[in-house]
Amino acid sequence: MDVFIQTLVAGILIGGIYCLIGIGMSLIMGVMGIINLAHGQLMMVAMYITFVLSAYMHVDPYFSLIVAMPGLFLLGCFLQKYLLNPLMKKESILPENQVLMTVGMGMVLAEICRFIFTSDYKTVKTSYGGQAFFIGNISFNLPMCIAFIFAIVITVVLFWFLAKTDTGRSIRATAQDKEAATLMGVNSTRITIITFGLGSALVASAGSLLIPIFYLFPDIGGPFTLKAFVICILGGLGSTVGAIFGGLTLGIAESLGATYIGMGYKDMVGFLIFVIVLVFLPGGLVGLKRLIKS
Amino acid sequence: MTKRNLALVILGIVFLVFPLVVRSDYYQHLLILAFIWVLIGSSWNLLAGYTGQVSFGHAMFFGVGAYTAGIFVTKLGISAWWGMMFGGIVAMLIGLFVGWVCFRLRGPYFALATLAGGEIFRLIATNWESLTEGMVGILIIQTFRSKLPYYYLALLLAFACVYVMHLIMKSKWGYYFVSIREDQDAAESLGINTTLYKNVSLLASSFFTGMAGAFYMNYMAFIDPEVVFSLHYISIMAILVGIVGGVGTIMGPAVGAFVMVGVQETFRSAFFGLAPKWISQGHAMAFGLLVVFAIMFLANGIVGDWSKIKRYVFRIKPSTI
Amino acid sequence: MSALLELKNLVKAFGGLKAVNNVTFHVEEGEIFGLIGPNGSGKTTIFNSINNYFPITSGDVLYKGKSIKGLKTHKVCHLGIGRTFQVVKPLARMTVLENVTASAFCRVNTIGQAQKEALEVLEFTNLTGEKDKLAKSLPIGGRKRLEIARALATKPEFLLLDETAAGLNPSELDEAIELVKKIRDNGITILIIEHIMKVIMTISDRIHAINFGQTIGAGTPEEVANNEAVIKAYLGEEYAQS
Repeated sequence: MDVFIQTLVAGILIGGIYCLIGIGMSLIMGVMGIINLAHGQLMMVAMYITFVLSAYMHVDPYFSLIVAMPGLFLLGCFLQKYLLNPLMKKESILPENQVLMTVGMGMVLAEICRFIFTSDYKTVKTSYGGQAFFIGNISFNLPMCIAFIFAIVITVVLFWFLAKTDTGRSIRATAQDKEAATLMGVNSTRITIITFGLGSALVASAGSLLIPIFYLFPDIGGPFTLKAFVICILGGLGSTVGAIFGGLTLGIAESLGATYIGMGYKDMVGFLIFVIVLVFLPGGLVGLKRLIKS
Repeated sequence: MTKRNLALVILGIVFLVFPLVVRSDYYQHLLILAFIWVLIGSSWNLLAGYTGQVSFGHAMFFGVGAYTAGIFVTKLGISAWWGMMFGGIVAMLIGLFVGWVCFRLRGPYFALATLAGGEIFRLIATNWESLTEGMVGILIIQTFRSKLPYYYLALLLAFACVYVMHLIMKSKWGYYFVSIREDQDAAESLGINTTLYKNVSLLASSFFTGMAGAFYMNYMAFIDPEVVFSLHYISIMAILVGIVGGVGTIMGPAVGAFVMVGVQETFRSAFFGLAPKWISQGHAMAFGLLVVFAIMFLANGIVGDWSKIKRYVFRIKPSTI
Repeated sequence: MSALLELKNLVKAFGGLKAVNNVTFHVEEGEIFGLIGPNGSGKTTIFNSINNYFPITSGDVLYKGKSIKGLKTHKVCHLGIGRTFQVVKPLARMTVLENVTASAFCRVNTIGQAQKEALEVLEFTNLTGEKDKLAKSLPIGGRKRLEIARALATKPEFLLLDETAAGLNPSELDEAIELVKKIRDNGITILIIEHIMKVIMTISDRIHAINFGQTIGAGTPEEVANNEAVIKAYLGEEYAQS
């Protein structure tokens, strides 16, 4: 029983951080209608920034958030403005132009990092790295708990931003109906740029928070991008609240998979969930909620 | 004979004669690769360019075809050439399943699902070691020492594929595929069984890609999950071949195949040895930049913009290619 | 004259909202039957229920006496029910001829036959001059005619026309009216949704009026025009009194 609870705890803690990845992609999906396949690579960039700050200036990874988040926000805005927005005007048979562009962007980002940092695994160690505290028989990994708290704070701030500020409401309006929002005075170009920046900043925060427990190398982005869209599909496409449930679910499922099936199959869990949701529950958890209501 | 058909005949003769004139293994290999990409690109184009279902996971079919041929050797002890016939068929069966799961999704979500599909197959091939030898891959003995038989077989396959695509698009199927692409709901109201025809397109598409995979196994004599199920170097490459050449045209993917193989090899070999070494190491970066560049500036492809003369960019003309 | 199409207590609900609430009417063979109602009253939803674009919540739709509830949309077309869309759906990157040829394949199998059928339909709908133009380059009048031409190429016995006159200028309007009459004269029964009173009052044999998904009036054009509930729905309370 203890093992089960322990597994749950570990799953929830990491799930909380996965939420940040999922919410970021969900926002981008909602506003632009595209799947950002460079999501994981943006996180990778944030992780390298965190690594540099840690290795050369001994900055604690959690404090690197202050640098990584704004940095990725700017990078995201730049990418949207110069690479993605111009595509919206182009007429092409393939509607997935923007998605493809994100693939290209992701590759270039990964290769740039490989060029600078080589393919060697990098790690970031914190002084309190292995520490844990206990409640009963269950151990709570300290860095993970701190990361979890950060994740909650960031999520709350984000939701406040979306609900209470003008820009936030404009983002939500654009996500619901771009044309209507534009007719009501929302500058959709500016909003898409800000949203991509915001999504990037969110996944950057996840990167900084997760780096103490992952090895860093240029190809780390791919699996995280996949996790991001499993979370989005699980939660219900475009739903930021759904992404929270999706993130937690994925975290718990992976944890259970690692404990009871084996470490190697951890990544498969995500895919399995993906296929099951696609086949049986196309609306995701949010769709399930609606189904139960009616 | 029209100017166009004449050009094609001349091209055909050039290809037929090429390996007898250019006796270098290296260049023959490049052309064989190009022919393989003609197969993959044309099949992808049928599903994505003509029917509007943009697959980001064509590696699924390629890898399944390749592994079918490989497993015939490792598990059944029979020649991988039998796998050529079955590679396409097995890929089609996979295609049916994929269609059942994925066609209920539209647009980017369909793309996503196929991308996940490709990755799932890669993971399966990596982990199901008893069937696929896992990361070790499958190594077989090459049937022919010389590249010539492979060259002519690849040329034949490529030519047959393009010709079949041409026939398909000139038929009722062709009209139906494009109708589905343009407006699936309207198509359905006009009596087109869209589910059926999307699956038909997928079956044809997966068949030829599967055959390409099986041929690859026979030709390269070595495959592993990272190579044949590669997201970037098979699935995305297939999309690029289609885009650069011209989506929604018959000759587009063929042109795209040659261009892409040429460009990739140029970087990989550092401009054929003429440029500094680090260019070669940057070939992955170059590929990424190529994606960005192609999407930004070449959205209609080479063949696509070629017909700017008539101001129609993507029309199917049943009476000509 | 027998009922070709029959709606019995048709209900279509989206979640808790009943877009179509207990509508019953029948269309006789050879008629032009009009369906009117203010915006959002559920008219297009009725069409969508007939060809199963959306599944029916309850009630039934009968064609030639047999229920077609739940029949796949493309099969409904094969049965003989053609349909146009209110917001036109041209197959944009195909030419006008290709649009109609694609539809003709519903009844024939070779390209030669399909093109022949298509050319005849284009002649009928006065689109022959535009046959090689891309559908997306047509102005709204042409697009509406294309919409009809495509539906006609599937050789329907029953045609659902959804606001084919909206957005047309007066001369185009007259042409549209003539076209609808010509279609009926060729033996096709028509169920038409229309907003423009001139059109629907002049060509309909009978009219059914709905509002908020429910029937508020039915009968000949004169009867419906004088129906208090209908006037109120369109013009408001004050006009109803007079």
